[in-house]
Amino acid sequence: MEIEEFDHHSPIEGTTLFDGEMAMIGYALNKMCYTFNGAAAREAYLADPEAYFEKFGLNEAQKQACRNKNVLEMIAAGGNIYYLAKFAGIFKMNMQDIGAQQTGTTVEEFKEKLRKAGE
Amino acid sequence: MAKIIGGLTTSHIPAVGNAIARDMQQDDYWKPFFDAYPPIHEWLDKHKPDVAINIYNDHGLGFFLDQMPTFAIGAAHEYINEDEGWGIPVMPPFKGDARLSWHIIEGMVNDEFDITSCQELAVDHGFTVPMQLFWPGLGKNPNLPRAIPISANTVQHPIPTLKRALDFGKSLGRAIRSYPEDIKVVILGTGGLSHQLDGERAGFINREFDEMCMEKIVTDPEALTKISRHELVEKAGAQGTEFLMWMMMRGALGDKVNPLLKNYHIPISNTGAGTMLLECIDD
Repeated sequence: MEIEEFDHHSPIEGTTLFDGEMAMIGYALNKMCYTFNGAAAREAYLADPEAYFEKFGLNEAQKQACRNKNVLEMIAAGGNIYYLAKFAGIFKMNMQDIGAQQTGTTVEEFKEKLRKAGE
Repeated sequence: MAKIIGGLTTSHIPAVGNAIARDMQQDDYWKPFFDAYPPIHEWLDKHKPDVAINIYNDHGLGFFLDQMPTFAIGAAHEYINEDEGWGIPVMPPFKGDARLSWHIIEGMVNDEFDITSCQELAVDHGFTVPMQLFWPGLGKNPNLPRAIPISANTVQHPIPTLKRALDFGKSLGRAIRSYPEDIKVVILGTGGLSHQLDGERAGFINREFDEMCMEKIVTDPEALTKISRHELVEKAGAQGTEFLMWMMMRGALGDKVNPLLKNYHIPISNTGAGTMLLECIDD
């Protein structure tokens, strides 16, 4: 079998495929977020976010995205949504909160969009 | 010999775990979803499978990017659930069937599928929510079977192709049917259907594509193998790639199945939620 040119980056509107390229960029950020499965890590982050960034060696773009709690910025900095969801959990943000933030709508508007997809 | 009696599919959204914990099954929002499950409970009560093979995708509890298996099979005597970071209650441990796990691993590696075996594996909502949906009460439910988790990578591309997922299921089915004990096995394919959590396209749901998948998975799963991974992301959303679990499940069931139940509802959280009961037809 011929191995074809990998086509992970031909654009799908509003979508970043988390592939090897993104994995290389985002490892420190994702590794930090993975720790937030544990309650002690969540508390440590809240107590001193800057120290927690240093512990995992985040770059400045990753730190700033976290400070801003901005999911699109975190994705651009290599964040994977499954680990970012654990970051969001620290701040009790659910998937509709995250969806609204990324699409520039209110949470109610975002929920209405979901509901309309069922019509 | 072991017998595969059927397959069950369900979405495994964490919010469902919350709804169960808060006893919200009859609320207007949740009822169209939860109403699909009592007929499945009746079927499970009638047939009482001994083992559930629970095919799910880990979402960052059991595995991290440091070591990411494409296909992992649990080989433990029990599987623990742990805090996932967002407040869904932690479930008590699930009893495994390590002997059957190793039989499957032996059979599938012999069949040229390269398996990661896991003698310890923390199972996340992808595994626990379907167990709660199909066997309410878990340990208090007399029908709760032993369970074997199988996790496929959908966290990081490259993910498996749809063809590989279906072929995996076929090999899994061969391995199970060659197990010498007279046990009944049910295969769970969990996750999906269309949804996207990340990016400017967050909230994308595709009813037409989901309904096509739910039809073809019964009648012609081979046709679905023509869908490329890129097309799957485009049509089902970035996390709709969880449909791979359904393909793995379907492969294990054999050529013909009897669709006893089909339910589809939008939205549950950000997702088009699909539930199916497919009974195996004896040759």
